[in-house]
Amino acid sequence: MSIATPLFEGKLVRLGAIDHEKDPAIVSRWTHDSRFMRMMYTEPMSPQAPWQVKKSLEGLEKRIDEEHNLFHFRIRLLADERLLGFAELFRISWTNATGMIRLGIGDPADWRKGYGREALRLVLQYSLSELNLHRLTAMIPEYNQPALALFHSFGFVDEVRRRQALNRDGRTWDLFHLGLLAGEYKEDNHE
Amino acid sequence: MNEDLLRGDLVRLTREESEVLARLESQWSADSEYARLLNWDPARRFSVKNAQKWIEKYAEEEEFNFSIRTLADDRIIGSVGLDGVMWSRGDTFVGIGLGEREYWGRGYGTDAMCIILRYAFTELNLRRVTLGVFEYNQRGVRSYEKAGFVYEGRERQQMLRDGRRWDVLYMGILREDWLARQERQSGK
Repeated sequence: MSIATPLFEGKLVRLGAIDHEKDPAIVSRWTHDSRFMRMMYTEPMSPQAPWQVKKSLEGLEKRIDEEHNLFHFRIRLLADERLLGFAELFRISWTNATGMIRLGIGDPADWRKGYGREALRLVLQYSLSELNLHRLTAMIPEYNQPALALFHSFGFVDEVRRRQALNRDGRTWDLFHLGLLAGEYKEDNHE
Repeated sequence: MNEDLLRGDLVRLTREESEVLARLESQWSADSEYARLLNWDPARRFSVKNAQKWIEKYAEEEEFNFSIRTLADDRIIGSVGLDGVMWSRGDTFVGIGLGEREYWGRGYGTDAMCIILRYAFTELNLRRVTLGVFEYNQRGVRSYEKAGFVYEGRERQQMLRDGRRWDVLYMGILREDWLARQERQSGK
């Protein structure tokens, strides 16, 4: 990496800004799809209309400006800027140089194409070489095996297992806390 | 059903006037060790006015936050609360702090924790309770073990204090384990 290395651009995707005009309709579609919502969130899925998404994206940008502990990126296809998902560094504690990370690709048709993998690489590099964070935490449900595998491949290790913390489809699942220390980051070679 | 849910052996859980709590919290904020056991943000001083603002804001957001009053001399010594109850999955965080340090290490915190666990499991019907405790707070860890919490893992090097890194330990207690413990204890 050098000062000239683009932080926000990979081979497939870029880390972009929120588009308050176009994004709400797309995000609204994602919120209607339980396959995405249940992988991404532990809260009950609840579809949002475009106007509600618009409001929450405006609120998000306001919090980013006011609270200084949150960075949010839209994952966009490099070729045509199509919105694929989002990535976020949040609950950053500057005195401890730690934070949390989450990331999602909204439409199941866009899964397993390497978009999330590349976006995660960009966000991890950003957190290490621009934010100077010492560690990151990701909370991932036991049933989200693709996400667990993806985070493991970058060097994240399982640190906490909150037993039976999730309750879905009439059974319980554990909630994992994964951690990555700066020195453990593995430049992913899974191309 | 006949026992008083919010009363234990040494303390009871109450709701207090925000001015009263604000004066205490402002006073307790002088004790940096108290602040550093409670929070990973930098310890700082709170004015009474500022403390009251936070107490009232927090009371709006978190429903189940209580003061701890001693039974013997009816003194407010700290607070305990459920932080972010996640109803659909029946999990919550719990946090506890004793601002009056003469009550540290004497079973008052453990008693308050046992009361709020009973409240969480028998009144709110939650399925589990979670807490995070800093590696340097071994007195806290022992107290939580006494209340029935089990170690579930550690976030490594989560904190930087006094020039070194510390882990944050996570502990949890499941409703069925809590119930089994109650039966064992009442059978004694």
